[in-house]
Amino acid sequence: MSPDINITIIDREGQTHQVKAPTDMAMNLMELVRSYELAPEGTIGVCGGMAMCASCQCYIKSETPLPEMEIDEEAMLAEAFYVKDNSRLGCQIPITPELEGLKFELAPEEV
Amino acid sequence: MIKTDILIIGAGPTGLFTVFEAGLLKLKCHLIDALPQAGGQLTELYPKKPIYDIPAFPEVLAGDLVDNLMEQIKPFEPGFTLGERAEDIEKLEDDSFIVTTDKGTKHHARVIAIAGGLGSFEPRKPPIPKLTDFEDRGVSYMVKNPESYRDKDVVIAGGGDSALDWSIFLADVASNVTLIHRRNEFRGALESVDRVKELKDMGKIKLITPAEVIDVNGNGHLENVLVRKNSDPKEDFEMQTDFFIPLFGLSPKLGPIANWGLDIEKNAIKVDNSLDYQTNIPGIYAIGDVNTYPGKLKLILCGFHEATLMCQSAYQRIHPDKKYVMKYTTVGGVTGFDGSKKQAPKAVVKSID
Repeated sequence: MSPDINITIIDREGQTHQVKAPTDMAMNLMELVRSYELAPEGTIGVCGGMAMCASCQCYIKSETPLPEMEIDEEAMLAEAFYVKDNSRLGCQIPITPELEGLKFELAPEEV
Repeated sequence: MIKTDILIIGAGPTGLFTVFEAGLLKLKCHLIDALPQAGGQLTELYPKKPIYDIPAFPEVLAGDLVDNLMEQIKPFEPGFTLGERAEDIEKLEDDSFIVTTDKGTKHHARVIAIAGGLGSFEPRKPPIPKLTDFEDRGVSYMVKNPESYRDKDVVIAGGGDSALDWSIFLADVASNVTLIHRRNEFRGALESVDRVKELKDMGKIKLITPAEVIDVNGNGHLENVLVRKNSDPKEDFEMQTDFFIPLFGLSPKLGPIANWGLDIEKNAIKVDNSLDYQTNIPGIYAIGDVNTYPGKLKLILCGFHEATLMCQSAYQRIHPDKKYVMKYTTVGGVTGFDGSKKQAPKAVVKSID
């Protein structure tokens, strides 16, 4: 079994959470946030992880190397709101051992 | 007034399959959906994507699943009120309900089945604080009547098909069309992207990229928008315009249903999963992604199951004096309201001499 890694998540209220993330359950960052219930159901992962909404947008706050953006993610971020240079969609980033030490913040909810 | 037995709010897969299960019980259904077509998320968000967990379908495209459901329920002649959002509900003295849409269409039914999925799809509004002040005063999120833009200045924002298509269409109607998008790349049908480039070269569309509208101003009616180029405040400039149409697609919102007095938890409607998926209001059921109960999974196959049990309960509510014994379709066949009848062929028994 692969060991869990440490990830820091800042929720939409500005609160910081240090969590353990499994690397062997095919989970992504959006699902990690949901599993710890750091954002209310229905406000994150609305499309289920298809890069078709931006409800799991997050700002990457560490230098951790991440997988390159694919075309779906890029296109969705081009239409999302509150986008910054360090914006990514959590659902498009699988949790792997390389993400040890990652820190990210949830972008505000669209209203 | 539209009259039916079960009024289904939401024409996604769960709502559509409800028509079949109700039809087996000789109950008629009518569906309301805010989108202009049936299928819900499957049609609106991912018609070309495959689904792998529909029992007995190793792989099926979302759009094909909807087509199949429409075919399956056809004999039961469901009615549709499409492009309208269920807004108000009223309970009458005889325990039946009247549901009115945002366009004023009234529906009367003994049973309401909310199969609203993630909610009704509403236009995504960019986070510009003053934007709502100018709604219907120069700002709109969809093009309802293209003629109202004749010989006017129009600014469209967005990078998808609707932004491209309306820019192309309005180029022939409005006096000036400006398309603003945050990237240089557009995500739309290739023909549309090519056509916009042609119109830009002909001077019929003004293209501003990468840029976004960050503020709107006017005195009563919209007069100008503030455009930020290259995300650089130093390049901000004002642009005079009569209309601003942000086209950033749709996103689902629970909407007016949230104010119907139903128990809501985690943006979903609480139901009794030990029995019939009824809500806290007798006669109103919630099935599919819109409901919640301990262990809930938002899966199409769970919605189908919930719809099936819900219809049994609806039958008892509509016919309190009748006892219904479930019959397999293989045994009883399927008799449509249109007079059609499907039946398993009888086995022919022949004696052997």
